[in-house]
Amino acid sequence: MNQVESAALPPADLLDLDPTWSRLVVALDHSGRSCTWHLLDSFAQRPGDIARLTLLCVHGNPTWSYLWRRLVRMAPADVRVVAVDQLEMGFSERTGTHRRLASRVADLSGLTERLGITGPVVTVAHDWGGPISLGWALEHLPQLVGIVLLNTAVHQPPGARAPALIRLARSGPLLALNTVRTTAFLRGTTALSGSKMTKQTAKAFRAPYQTPGRRVAIGAFVADIPLEPDHPSADTLNLIANGLAKFGQVPMLLLWGPGDPVFSDLYLGDLMMRAPHADVHRYEGARHLVSEDDDRVFPDLLRWVSGLSAGERSNLQPVVALPAEQVHGTRLWDGLREAAEQGPTSTAIVEMSGAGRRVSWRQLADTVDKLAAGLHASGINPGDRVALLIPPGADLIAVVYACWRIGAGVVIADAGLGVNGMRRAIRGAAPDHVIGISRGLALARTLRIPGLRLSVKGLAAIARIGAPLPPEPAPSATAVIVFTSGATGPAKGVVYQQAQVAGTRDVLRRHYAITPSDAIVAAFAPWAVFGPTLGVASVIPDMDVTKPRTLQAVALAEATAAVDGTLLWASPAALTNVIATAGVLSTTQRQSFKSLRLVLAAGAPVPLQLLEQVKELVPNADVRTPYGMTEVLPVSESTLAEIRAAAGGNGVLVGSPVSGVKIAISALDDQGRPVGPLSTEVEVTGEICVQAAHMRDRYDRLWATNAMAGRDIGWHRTGDIGHLDASGRLWVEGRLAHLIVTAAGPVTPVGVEQQVQQLPFVRLAAAVGIGPIGNQQVIVIITTCDKTTKGLLDVERTQLVRAQVMGIHIAAVLVRDELPVDIRHNSKIDRAALSVWADGILAGHR
Amino acid sequence: MRVLVTGASGLLGAATANAIASRGHEIVVFQRRASGLPFDEVRGEILDSEALTRALVGVDGVVHLAAKVSITGSRSEFESVNVEGTRQLLQSAKAAGVRSFVHVSSPSVAHDGMPIIGAGALPANPQTARGVYAVTKAQAELRALAEDEPDFAVVAIRPHLVWGPGDEQLIGRIIARARVGRLFLIDHGVALIDTTYVDNAASALAAAVERVAEPTVHGRAFVVTNGEPRTVAELLTEITRAAGLPAPKRSVPFGAAYRAGQLAERAWGSRGAEPPLTRFLVEQLATAHWFDQRQTCAALAWAPDVSLATGFERLTNWYQRG
Repeated sequence: MNQVESAALPPADLLDLDPTWSRLVVALDHSGRSCTWHLLDSFAQRPGDIARLTLLCVHGNPTWSYLWRRLVRMAPADVRVVAVDQLEMGFSERTGTHRRLASRVADLSGLTERLGITGPVVTVAHDWGGPISLGWALEHLPQLVGIVLLNTAVHQPPGARAPALIRLARSGPLLALNTVRTTAFLRGTTALSGSKMTKQTAKAFRAPYQTPGRRVAIGAFVADIPLEPDHPSADTLNLIANGLAKFGQVPMLLLWGPGDPVFSDLYLGDLMMRAPHADVHRYEGARHLVSEDDDRVFPDLLRWVSGLSAGERSNLQPVVALPAEQVHGTRLWDGLREAAEQGPTSTAIVEMSGAGRRVSWRQLADTVDKLAAGLHASGINPGDRVALLIPPGADLIAVVYACWRIGAGVVIADAGLGVNGMRRAIRGAAPDHVIGISRGLALARTLRIPGLRLSVKGLAAIARIGAPLPPEPAPSATAVIVFTSGATGPAKGVVYQQAQVAGTRDVLRRHYAITPSDAIVAAFAPWAVFGPTLGVASVIPDMDVTKPRTLQAVALAEATAAVDGTLLWASPAALTNVIATAGVLSTTQRQSFKSLRLVLAAGAPVPLQLLEQVKELVPNADVRTPYGMTEVLPVSESTLAEIRAAAGGNGVLVGSPVSGVKIAISALDDQGRPVGPLSTEVEVTGEICVQAAHMRDRYDRLWATNAMAGRDIGWHRTGDIGHLDASGRLWVEGRLAHLIVTAAGPVTPVGVEQQVQQLPFVRLAAAVGIGPIGNQQVIVIITTCDKTTKGLLDVERTQLVRAQVMGIHIAAVLVRDELPVDIRHNSKIDRAALSVWADGILAGHR
Repeated sequence: MRVLVTGASGLLGAATANAIASRGHEIVVFQRRASGLPFDEVRGEILDSEALTRALVGVDGVVHLAAKVSITGSRSEFESVNVEGTRQLLQSAKAAGVRSFVHVSSPSVAHDGMPIIGAGALPANPQTARGVYAVTKAQAELRALAEDEPDFAVVAIRPHLVWGPGDEQLIGRIIARARVGRLFLIDHGVALIDTTYVDNAASALAAAVERVAEPTVHGRAFVVTNGEPRTVAELLTEITRAAGLPAPKRSVPFGAAYRAGQLAERAWGSRGAEPPLTRFLVEQLATAHWFDQRQTCAALAWAPDVSLATGFERLTNWYQRG
């Protein structure tokens, strides 16, 4: 069946493929024989031009150069893209030769020699093209300027099962049946891209493999995967895998579809271990054919490449310059040690749920040291990541500090992400170990976490191990990976170093004048973790942390009384329920709130009415609303008095920056893009940018997101839209992703919503855009206080809504039972989903 | 400059002649009936080349509105007026040394029945246009744009659903049905559609007369609307309210309305009368079509200056005056 067939040009009618890119080139293969390659060359029509650099693209099995068509189209004029069809594959020649890995590397070298590619090269490869391109790279180190790999492997990671699909495809007689005689393997691969691929695209991927004779190499390729140590290609692959070390500081970019059942995240971890300097971007939701599944892959790739050649690569890395005093400041565990020395028997933590456990400072300090020693002895090393699936309480706090003391980073995916969101988030952070309650461990079961899987019930035994404490880690050690709420796309992992967590602690201490005589009521989970490092007692109220709106007034009163709490931090959703249930409070319970001197309502926008009600309940407390985000908290803050005075402005007043924080605005252009230079000009709407010592280090495995959010050195782009007023106070007008870009320019949603919510019949309002960016229409969606029919609002009230929002055209007003909100805050409106919904209705009949 | 306006007896034609005149140009109007306008006038059929030649004496620019717009009529009638008439006028205008030609078209020339959501002026397509009016207007527009050349600048302007006081085409039909209690919504009237108040369409055409030779204008088609899309339900409510009538309350599902349109076309078509409902009309009333006119505004240096709210106020006053 080893058919011989000459190379040919692809049919002219394949979707997205420009026939003028195609070339047939004769080159010598590894055996010295002349073979004809088909390749796509962005310089095919201008052979005399000299490229600034060349992207040498190598496909895997069973695809062909078609995989790179959009890269060819998008590449800037001075970047040459050469995408080959490997011999026996695509539209290249069928010579009847079974080519193994080593031969294919040599074949590719023969081709680049024939093409005269002598200038700087970035190799780009997918799937089994990866080892081949790396083999080529090892032999061309002097001209190699970068390496890009998409879902590939150079090694079977220890403990990993060989991908079941391949093993099945390889098993004896099935191999030929799967790969050659039928199109099962071929069809399987295009199916691996998920649901996004159109029929036309799938057809184009299959175009060169129409007959069994043309598919012989697909089977040969699968057979050449060295799953066994004595496989003829095993040595070559090992050489390439170990050769990765030789690349030293050659910039490397790994672009990954985590939903790949073949090259799973384990293989990404293996590559990252071999090339710790590599930039990584995981496209949540994308699968094996990552560049087909996510449109951002090639633009991101080209942005990375442009940074390379401009010699400005470091500009794309977020750089956070830490002030020296913080680097040399106190460590995260120092506060709790000091407290243990000064008041060993005083209370450090009180849990209000269950039996109401009370932990003293000495107990906490001892537990942390013993756990750190025991966990270290059990295999948790500095630099490891430990997923914690433990509800807020004394156990969680002890384990967090123990991990910090070792120098391990804790991965905290809170229940507010929902079960699937949690699982996705944890998988994305690739933890080495997991510690959890039984429900948490059950959730982590399918995640294939390689190291320790420890139940909180086993912690006591770990603490008894009695090993020596490991040396103190550097302040730059990863402290924590937390997650954004995912209100605008999949939740992103946010990495903080220990020094940055310490920076947050120091800002809190300074800004709120926190002293050891304070006590924290931690109805907002992160607060609980800061108690010990602040040297301040904390109490965790009896509540279901997965449902902040279930916090009862009685539970809060009892928690406050347990420690004579002075500082309360709670989400608006929790406070709303506290107010709703305050009627049943006894006089004594009400009295207990008198010890509170400060109430912080944070996590989402807080309605003024709620703040007023809270103030009534806690008369001695200063009620404030800090503004911030998972990436930096707090940023700014406003007092109740300021918010009272702010009614009627465009957006939510979030106040003046807290000390140590700088705020600037990057103005929007008429297409709604935040392209303006960072500025503090007043009344200019744009993206809110923040600089602070206590901000995050970076996003985890999201190179392109880091490049975007950190494109102004030392600053974090928040993705929020707002403006500064003449007093230097910040107003938030919405999310960048929710901007409405009309023909008359951008419209921010929050101001519109606030004005519409003034109407007596409106309970909640959302403003969204429908139609193409730059020509969108503003649609308002409301929930009403009465039983108004769902769908279009009647004309009379539509016109009342319109009259309420002067200067902005509102095309239509729709009514719903409720607005979709995020799980974590129960308040962030999913305007993107509403926009899709409104568009579907107002399109009428299709 | 001296401008010939064809079809000046209609609502838009008269408004356009006035708008051009108010910019200081000399007007000659051409149509079958007396227009009652204070301009030079030549009366005749659009296919009457001799009458056209008389009307074109000394003319620098043409605005061509004359067309068969009614819902009924044989295919050959539409073809003869809309396609042949345009061809005849183009030929006569060129022969007379006219330098610019504003062809008044319709967004329906590029509407294949699917929702149009914020799109600009797509190419006219007689193959996919719905209904014989749209098909013949598509042919006419292609014909007109094909004549664009350095000494004879042609532009196609497509105002969408023009209405105003005295309009018999859109407003008149709606009110007539409302009066007899037979105005209803299709699928609750949720589709978002653009309309154009007559003065805005007229000012756009007047701007086109002056700008047609600009490189960003000639040889192209532009959509003109008020830039304020509204749901069908809201538009029908406003129109009936202006005439002092109750707003439509009843809604029928799209499928039922479409079948009723089909039946009506057969029943009334066989009698040569105008059916109260057609499939085309049902589609128009049930499908979003709102547009992107940013290019129109830039190219014509024009913007609509009568808002929908003002337009409905004027309509109300007109009905109140009786």
